[in-house]
Amino acid sequence: MRAKNWLSALVLAWPLASAAENAEQGIDPLLIDPGIGTLLAQPEPPIEVQAFDTPNDDGGSITLTWPRDPQISENALYQIAVADSPKGPFRVVAEVAATGNLMSEAPALFGHGADLKNHHYVNVEEFARAGGKTPLEDGKTYYFHIDVRSAGGAIRGKVIVNAESRGNFFNNSKVNNLVLCLVFSGLIMGYIGIARRRELKIRRIAGLEALDEALGRATEMGKPVLFIHGLRGMDAISTIAAVNILGRVARRTAEYDTALRVVAPDPVVMSVSQETVKASYVEAGRPDAFNPDHVFVASTEQFSYAAAVEGIMVRDRPAAHIMMGYFYAESLLLAETGATTGAIQIAGTDAFTQLPFFITTCDYTLLGEELYAASAYLSGEPRMLGSLKGQDAGKAILLAILVLGSLLVTSEWWPQLTHLFTPA
Amino acid sequence: MIFLSRTLPLVVAFAFGMLGVVIYYIPHGNAQSLEREMALWVRIVFAFSYLLGLYSLLNLHWQRIRQRVAGWAYSLIAILSFAVMMVFVVYNDGLGPFAAQAEAGGYKWLFDNIHVPCASTMFSILAFFIASAAYRTFRARTPEAALLLIAAVIVMLGRVPIGRELADFFPLATDWLLNVPNLAAKRGILLGVSLGAIATSLRIIFGIERSYLGGGAE
Repeated sequence: MRAKNWLSALVLAWPLASAAENAEQGIDPLLIDPGIGTLLAQPEPPIEVQAFDTPNDDGGSITLTWPRDPQISENALYQIAVADSPKGPFRVVAEVAATGNLMSEAPALFGHGADLKNHHYVNVEEFARAGGKTPLEDGKTYYFHIDVRSAGGAIRGKVIVNAESRGNFFNNSKVNNLVLCLVFSGLIMGYIGIARRRELKIRRIAGLEALDEALGRATEMGKPVLFIHGLRGMDAISTIAAVNILGRVARRTAEYDTALRVVAPDPVVMSVSQETVKASYVEAGRPDAFNPDHVFVASTEQFSYAAAVEGIMVRDRPAAHIMMGYFYAESLLLAETGATTGAIQIAGTDAFTQLPFFITTCDYTLLGEELYAASAYLSGEPRMLGSLKGQDAGKAILLAILVLGSLLVTSEWWPQLTHLFTPA
Repeated sequence: MIFLSRTLPLVVAFAFGMLGVVIYYIPHGNAQSLEREMALWVRIVFAFSYLLGLYSLLNLHWQRIRQRVAGWAYSLIAILSFAVMMVFVVYNDGLGPFAAQAEAGGYKWLFDNIHVPCASTMFSILAFFIASAAYRTFRARTPEAALLLIAAVIVMLGRVPIGRELADFFPLATDWLLNVPNLAAKRGILLGVSLGAIATSLRIIFGIERSYLGGGAE
């Protein structure tokens, strides 16, 4: 028993003696061995604690930040305690590792900066009560302190900070998005204004020039035109663009007295298409030629839809297939079957994974943005053409930014540039 | 009449279009609950529109049967299939139409053993269609088609074990083709699509695009 005590004393004395020797030589023990440092220096809770409403959110959250302690042991933990009164009772709501939750890891909240990696943060969204956890209430003051727990035990933080949560009226992390949106919108609206005053030259889109040819061919052959919607619903911008094109196509088929069949994968798309075709027939002075049964839902299931449309292609042999919208794997099934029937095929999609299939099997393909440009192009109206010119100007700006950005980032002359376009 | 057919839709499109844009930048709880409310309206409209879709589908097939047009038998099968599925959905494995859909029973059996295999069959046809489309595309009649053929052969060899066995070049070249020229083209298309979407949205919100109201004449 006595020998055991002596041994324990030796084990404890060695690091202390070693530390004393180092101190004589002016060497910080923490720099030599963190284990010894931990034994000698108990980490202190942070003093410079800040609490504030979490930015860019809908409320119910408070953020705490405090400086990183470079001398703290990796195994230590910060414990965040909260209460709805400065007197408590405080309850632990979160634990943060001594090396974790750095502000630099959350650019959407704190932006970018060299100093952010030297600060910790934590978001508190719940408040612990005796009955269980409840969410923080907006407009109510909450009190926090941060404790430190390490191998040597826990030390309670002396600093008590308070904050209120509230819903924010603007998401600052989306400023870059807003700026880009305003710039492009300004460009488009500007060109629309210019188009009112003078004629603008628009590049030729072969697929749309061919639309008249396809409708004319169908008229000559006395066969219908089949308009096929993509699989997405009315909430997709590509479907809205497809409906716009349908309006133009329907007006021309009404003028040429050519039958038009419209297949939709969704009842809402069908209803909107029916109204659009009807309005176009009325505009063309042919309301009698409109038949609502010619605009129908084939199926709401992907491959059932493909099978139904393929059946129509093979049985009814339309003279022209116009496929517009967002397509998935059914694109090739439709286009390849359509190609075997000998019909003129014009496709337009912004689904870049399906573009190769359409390019392979269709006579003309509208690539990506051309789908959106189609309605404006077909209308020939100056204001609509102005928006196309604005689109092209926006692309030119994007190209310039891409080239300039690539050069700057590659040369590492301005690395912060990448932060400008970081998504939220 | 003009007000209902023209002015009102334009006002609605402008109001909800602007609202959608503004809400995107406002995280406040009131704005978010308004967005959720609008999403709920969309779901309600969608639920009712299913009745229209159902009527459209059944009417289409009924007309085909009545007029005995080519392939009317398929329409008969479609209506009978609908009727059988409907019976099992309403029966709901004995739970009735107002209970949550049962995980077992006739509906589930029909779905798993008829619908799913049929859809898989349609999907599997894609392999043959890809082969025939690839044959047409890869006939090296022009310099562009020849380039496409070479790139396709490299990518195909780089994606199968034999390519790696033949030479390390194939997987490396495949990665380069997919990550550099292919990705650049994809991103170019995406940028164009995004700008096109903004332009289309602006045209609709500000009432410049009216083709969805018919024709587009002011």
